[in-house]
Amino acid sequence: MSATETDTSITPPAVGEELLAVTNLKKHFPIRHGLLQRETGAVRAVDGLDFTVTRGETLSLVGESGCGKTTTGRLLTRLLEPTDGKIVLEGRDISHLRDGAMRPLRRDIQMIFQDPYGSLNPRHTVGKIVGAPFKLQNVKTEHGVKKAVQELLELVGLSPEHYNRYPHEFSGGQRQRIGIARTLAVRPKLIVADEPVSALDVSIQAQVVNLLEDLQDEFDLTYVMIAHDLSVVRHVSDRVAVMYLGKIVELADRVSLYEKPMHPYTVALLSAVPVPDTKRKGKQERIRLQGDVPSPINPPPACRFHTRCWKAQELCKTVEPPLIQLGPGHQTACHFPENATPEQEKTARDAAAKS
Amino acid sequence: MSFLEVKDLRVHFPTDDGLVKSVDGLSFHLDRGKTLGIVGESGSGKSVTSLSIMGLHKAGTARISGEIFLDGQELVGATPDEVRALRGKRMAMIFQDPLSAMHPFYTVGHQIIEAYRVHNQVSKQVARKHAIEMLDRVGIPQPDRRVDAYPHQFSGGMRQRAMIAMALSCDPDLLIADEPTTALDVTVQAQILDLIRDLQREFNSAVIIITHDLGVVAELADDIQVMYAGRAIEYGTAEDIFDRPQHPYTWGLLGSMPRIDQERTERLIPIKGTPPSLINVPSGCAFHPRCNYASLTGGASESEVPELLDIGDGHRVACHLTAEQRRKSWETDIKPKL
Repeated sequence: MSATETDTSITPPAVGEELLAVTNLKKHFPIRHGLLQRETGAVRAVDGLDFTVTRGETLSLVGESGCGKTTTGRLLTRLLEPTDGKIVLEGRDISHLRDGAMRPLRRDIQMIFQDPYGSLNPRHTVGKIVGAPFKLQNVKTEHGVKKAVQELLELVGLSPEHYNRYPHEFSGGQRQRIGIARTLAVRPKLIVADEPVSALDVSIQAQVVNLLEDLQDEFDLTYVMIAHDLSVVRHVSDRVAVMYLGKIVELADRVSLYEKPMHPYTVALLSAVPVPDTKRKGKQERIRLQGDVPSPINPPPACRFHTRCWKAQELCKTVEPPLIQLGPGHQTACHFPENATPEQEKTARDAAAKS
Repeated sequence: MSFLEVKDLRVHFPTDDGLVKSVDGLSFHLDRGKTLGIVGESGSGKSVTSLSIMGLHKAGTARISGEIFLDGQELVGATPDEVRALRGKRMAMIFQDPLSAMHPFYTVGHQIIEAYRVHNQVSKQVARKHAIEMLDRVGIPQPDRRVDAYPHQFSGGMRQRAMIAMALSCDPDLLIADEPTTALDVTVQAQILDLIRDLQREFNSAVIIITHDLGVVAELADDIQVMYAGRAIEYGTAEDIFDRPQHPYTWGLLGSMPRIDQERTERLIPIKGTPPSLINVPSGCAFHPRCNYASLTGGASESEVPELLDIGDGHRVACHLTAEQRRKSWETDIKPKL
């Protein structure tokens, strides 16, 4: 990873410095059985993540259902307590803070939810919904909460007159805007957006994507975007982390990941997306992955992808490939990377030998 | 006459708030062995159209008029028994959400066997063998064991496969797939799309695929119909729609869509506003309040409903702009930004 600064509290916030660092983050959900509720196993939803988020960037977590991307988002926002590992926000370890100690920090980390219908209280007016963060965080506003809320509504492309309306009067795209306005109320440093546009129609999706980009430019926001739509991810991200069964298999900047994916899973994932280009109809080379994602209760040993990987060899079943840097800003966890130079292949082999 | 002919189909739902015109004058036809993609946003009438073909609207709640011919047989106004004889046998449907489309209480095999035996006079044993064959055909591992599994024991992709097996168990001539992959992960989606394509080739059936994903239609469809507010606003081959789109709404869809195969250069170009209410459809061209080119038509788009006219080689568009205006706008405003 890039050089990290150890002490961020002294220097003023600037784009490009580390905002969040995650090391060996794990979340296991216990499975209990029987009268005594003995723990008989665990769903290893997130099983050892290491990454950092730089101020002002958009980092996307992608992967198929069950890969742990949403759990990761909930861990970052501390809606879940991590089983192991550390989450460090601006130099402060927040991984096991109690509710009371966490509360003031909730200003800094906010979340945008996927479902614009489920995430707004139907019995509250828009004014009350967007104004709630001010009240909860005791934020003093210059001209009163109402004025501040109306400014926020304008900022996200709604009208100040919407203040007294109820969520059901709005369309899906507008509701998502209300959710974004609420998120912005406390000027968060980090926004975790869990599938922010996947519930929306394509024309509305583009409006919201543009809005998120505009807001990022205006307020230097940092996004951790959780998404499964790889086209949207290519459009919005600076860096992308590909997850498989609770682990990051590849982490790279956008260009490098989409142009030269190195982990076979990433290659397969990208090749599976249908391309809206009739010239490529039927010609698109597609890697057909066999079967389904294995259960996170009993993940395959060593490399978790080896059961579905066409390159898998004996080594993949015995030695777990570490997530190592193979190119500038390009980390991959694979013994036999794709699109690799002989030198990079050697790096991967050496790393395997060491571990 | 084509295998499937839909003429001036109208599906209206009377509600307390007014008449919902879900489909309002839709005509198209489809031949055997061909795939028609129907694209549009929520509320454009895609699903309502397919449900009317399948005869799945409740009598009394929907007012259906127009004509639907399946291999020469009129479906609008047919008795429930007549439609039931066709449904499953001549035409079948794959739904978006296989978990709610399958009965949770019966095994997957039971449901396939039941559908098969309704249309074929065979013993349970023969039907069971057929069900196992179908499950095998759609790529379910260990079909002889899986046939006795319940839907909840299957993963999402396997359930969708099982539903396809059920839909295809009587070799239907018309297969309607309503958002068949929307609920699935991308690698599974690829498997299902391949499967639909292979099976179509094998059975030479006519396929209608309804989706909002332009990538999916580009991949599967021969012809594409773009719908907006209950009407077709553009119809053409996949090449027509992607390379020479004529309607500003189609441009809007293409401009809204991030690309996976290109590095981004510009911002997305969304369509302004939101889809209209189907109770108060805007006058004239329903798209005019959201159209950036409406002012060029001299007020025509606000007062007259544009007809779906052929502009050559079966490429049809419903727009008041002149051919020259459309060509110029596409070449200068839209195409360079995609």
